[in-house]
Amino acid sequence: MVTDPTIGQSLPTFARRTGFHAWNRFAAVNDEFVDIHMDDEAGRGAGYPGAFGMGNLQWAWLHCLLRQWIEASGGRIVAVSCQFRAPSLKDREVRANGLVTAVRRGEREVHVDLDIWTEDEEGSRLAPGKATVAFPLS
Amino acid sequence: MPETFISDEMRAAVGGVVGELVSFPISASDIRKWAQAVYYPEPPPAYFWNQAEAEARFGGLVAPEEFNPFAWMTPEGPRVQDPADRTAIGPEGALGITPPATTERLNGGIEVEYTGVRMREGDVIVAVTRLTDYLEREGRLGLMLFTITEQEWTNDRGEIIKTQRGTLIRY
Repeated sequence: MVTDPTIGQSLPTFARRTGFHAWNRFAAVNDEFVDIHMDDEAGRGAGYPGAFGMGNLQWAWLHCLLRQWIEASGGRIVAVSCQFRAPSLKDREVRANGLVTAVRRGEREVHVDLDIWTEDEEGSRLAPGKATVAFPLS
Repeated sequence: MPETFISDEMRAAVGGVVGELVSFPISASDIRKWAQAVYYPEPPPAYFWNQAEAEARFGGLVAPEEFNPFAWMTPEGPRVQDPADRTAIGPEGALGITPPATTERLNGGIEVEYTGVRMREGDVIVAVTRLTDYLEREGRLGLMLFTITEQEWTNDRGEIIKTQRGTLIRY
């Protein structure tokens, strides 16, 4: 439960293993059956070592990161943005992380601004972005 | 290398409506499957699949914020896309104008503002997309065209769910 968000506070990491098990499940719900996400040859044809994951799945994992942090406190997601800088390659761990950059107290809610990003095992940022979440004032 | 990808026709189209999507009513099963896929291999939070938990927390089953109610099919029927159809990549085809002479594309990013209204079981969602701007920049790969679109999602009670800004990069 988030009781007193402070600038510089890190969010608990949301980490997932990449690969066809995760990508196929996401393709099935988002109708995203694209060769570069299904076939290593197609991924190599696009200039990468093999197939790679969907940007939309990284976008979803950033939302999972935020929900994981706010859910016990009755918070809500106000805004999310990200850029897709690098693909998530197969059989790696992708970690979604967040860092509090500002805390603004209003009459009814506390708004918290965050830097958010996904990164691979080497720490390279794949999808950096920003988010704002709001918590009810207790 | 062209001096610009932006034609007078494209410039005149800025502000125009690119299209409108209408979803089928969101089903509980759609919500549960989406949640299961994005949290895999861990189970999703119980409020995304257990009716009692959902009632207690949200007054009913709600979809994850990033849920896409337009996947697979809308009441217009299945989408059939020709991968060779260049007009299907940007908004120009829907606007009835000639697309730019680019060959490659990238998803440049996404920005969403949520109003706090959640997508719920049974909701019909309407998304209206507008062409907001064309911008150009010289990049590592030459002249790059940035196409900005904005989409507003509304439910069948007229409540705005979110506004979404997307950037398509072509070169």
